[in-house]
Amino acid sequence: MSFDPVFTFGTIAAAALIGLGVSHAIDDTSSQLGGPDAVNELVTLTPGSFDHAQPGEFLKDNHPAPAPVVGETIDAPLEIMKFQVTASDYDRCVSDGACKPADSRLAGNVPATGVSFIDAQAYANWLSARTGETWRLPTDVEWAYAAGERFRADIEGGEGDPADPAKRWLTQYRNETALGRKPDPEPRARGSFGFNAKGVADIAGNVWEWTSTCYAHATVSSGRVARSISNCGVHVVEGFHRTYMSNFVRDGKSGGCAVGTPPDNLGFRLVRDRGGFAQALRRLGLT
Amino acid sequence: MLTRREALLSSVLTAAAIATIGSAPAMAAAKDVAGLPREKVTLVAPPFVHAHDQVAKGGPRVVEFTMTIEEKPMVIDADGTQLNAMTYNGSIPGPLMVVHEGDYLELTLVNPDTNTLAHNIDFHAATGALGGGGLTLVNPGEQVTLRFKATRPGTFVYHCAPGGAMIPWHVVSGMSGAVMVLPRDGLKDEKGKPVRYDRIYYIGENDFYIPRDEQGKFKKYDSAGDNYDDTVKVMRGLIPTHVVFNGTAGSLTGENAMKAKVGETILIVHSQANRDTRPHLIGGHGDFVWEGGKFANPPAKDMETWFIRGGSAGAALYTFRQPGIYAYVNHNLIEAVELGATAHFMVDGSWDDDLMMQVEAPKVIAS
Repeated sequence: MSFDPVFTFGTIAAAALIGLGVSHAIDDTSSQLGGPDAVNELVTLTPGSFDHAQPGEFLKDNHPAPAPVVGETIDAPLEIMKFQVTASDYDRCVSDGACKPADSRLAGNVPATGVSFIDAQAYANWLSARTGETWRLPTDVEWAYAAGERFRADIEGGEGDPADPAKRWLTQYRNETALGRKPDPEPRARGSFGFNAKGVADIAGNVWEWTSTCYAHATVSSGRVARSISNCGVHVVEGFHRTYMSNFVRDGKSGGCAVGTPPDNLGFRLVRDRGGFAQALRRLGLT
Repeated sequence: MLTRREALLSSVLTAAAIATIGSAPAMAAAKDVAGLPREKVTLVAPPFVHAHDQVAKGGPRVVEFTMTIEEKPMVIDADGTQLNAMTYNGSIPGPLMVVHEGDYLELTLVNPDTNTLAHNIDFHAATGALGGGGLTLVNPGEQVTLRFKATRPGTFVYHCAPGGAMIPWHVVSGMSGAVMVLPRDGLKDEKGKPVRYDRIYYIGENDFYIPRDEQGKFKKYDSAGDNYDDTVKVMRGLIPTHVVFNGTAGSLTGENAMKAKVGETILIVHSQANRDTRPHLIGGHGDFVWEGGKFANPPAKDMETWFIRGGSAGAALYTFRQPGIYAYVNHNLIEAVELGATAHFMVDGSWDDDLMMQVEAPKVIAS
């Protein structure tokens, strides 16, 4: 992709200007509604380390292996939306012509659902342009850190038996069945699934969330990922369990999981990169 | 143009007229039948089948069944879409009834006064009176008993057929099931050698036509009668909104997945009362398949996919050779994945590397 610093800078600067005016407008709207604006409701997570089951499919000695658990570090404060992006947030982007209308007919104070990875990225770009800040999807690691005690990762089939690949499939199917989760298709008002210990709302409810992490096939040796081949046409989706969806899928029910429980809905929340604007300038070598 | 009420009423009258014309009591055979042993069978909900002998013990008998019709709302997919269902014995499909060739199947059909519509039953296995439909029309608060002789071995659909426009509407509201008439000496392969099954599963496939509102969302109706006009409009498009096994998308998956073991032989009876379908067991086959469902014909062998004509039931016999999760689908894959026609088998046992193995796991393409 070509990168034109002058043009890009111009866009960001313009966006920053627009952003000032716009956030004023948003404030007006929210004061009319008497509620806070989701865009500005962020949870700031303090840096820390945690053990994280990696996303993707793993091979050890040429056979399927459980996801390796790797120590991960979030080394700077992480600002993540307290709530998922709501339908009314998303509709503003649609009104601006920067986002495609979502498949969900729901409006207002419910999570935006019926949105693909591509839609989520379009929204992040639009919000960044409007605010002059850097908004983006969380990585799988960031999402897991924010999800805290509600993080589940993949439904595991365990170690593959070289002599019997079916054992793992059956174990995984039984593990998933044992969770006993029933379909729960109707998105609910934001906050309906409560807060986790970190004050982040609606984690592992009935809206799964896009992340910026690509699906990968990886080989494991001595507990570490030795080599990995990514397919960025498919991204990690997080929620009640972890799954993987093609970027253009808006309805998880028919988008993946040949066997097993599919996501009820697809939505997203964003993180804000600290000093996004200054960072962008720095990256361009303009400061 | 008839109003809905008039349409409902006129169909009932038509059916009643048929019933009157056809209701010559079967006295001639009654004396012979009176001396036969009787067996009362309690039906079980699909995909399971009541206990039965594969090879008949002794001579013909009268096998008694009772089914109670239940009109009730049922959820047919994960989105909570509601069908104003009409059911035989509370399930979609209605239960599978098993008898042997030469037996008499005697059904008592109960239409409780909590229902709102007249119903009957047309047995494709039966001869005469519109398959019994002309002799079994019952209004809410009535019951009727029909007996027919099982003269032809095979799997056969039964369905509600209360006259005119009521017929397809009742069928696509859930009123169908199947009868299996086994040869007295059991099933045989194409050379006449006996074959047996360790387990039997009955899969009824249904096509549903749920009306949508202006926003494209499936509508809910208080009662079956309220949906009639809208539903018929969708039916006339001939494109179902749902194609499902066992009444609900996903009903034979997860904890309800069908079970089997490597080395076990299963018989899958598959019925579709209204529309063609093409079952396929992903990763398996049909060892012996009675596509048309009639056991006097030799079974086809080694089938990959088999065709079930709308308005018929077929049977497929298969011995599992490999463990794992199998998907059993209508191999119009749009109907399987998007409309709901997918079931699962969980098969335990030992893997056979001779039949299949991954020689090399996915890795970087060798340059």
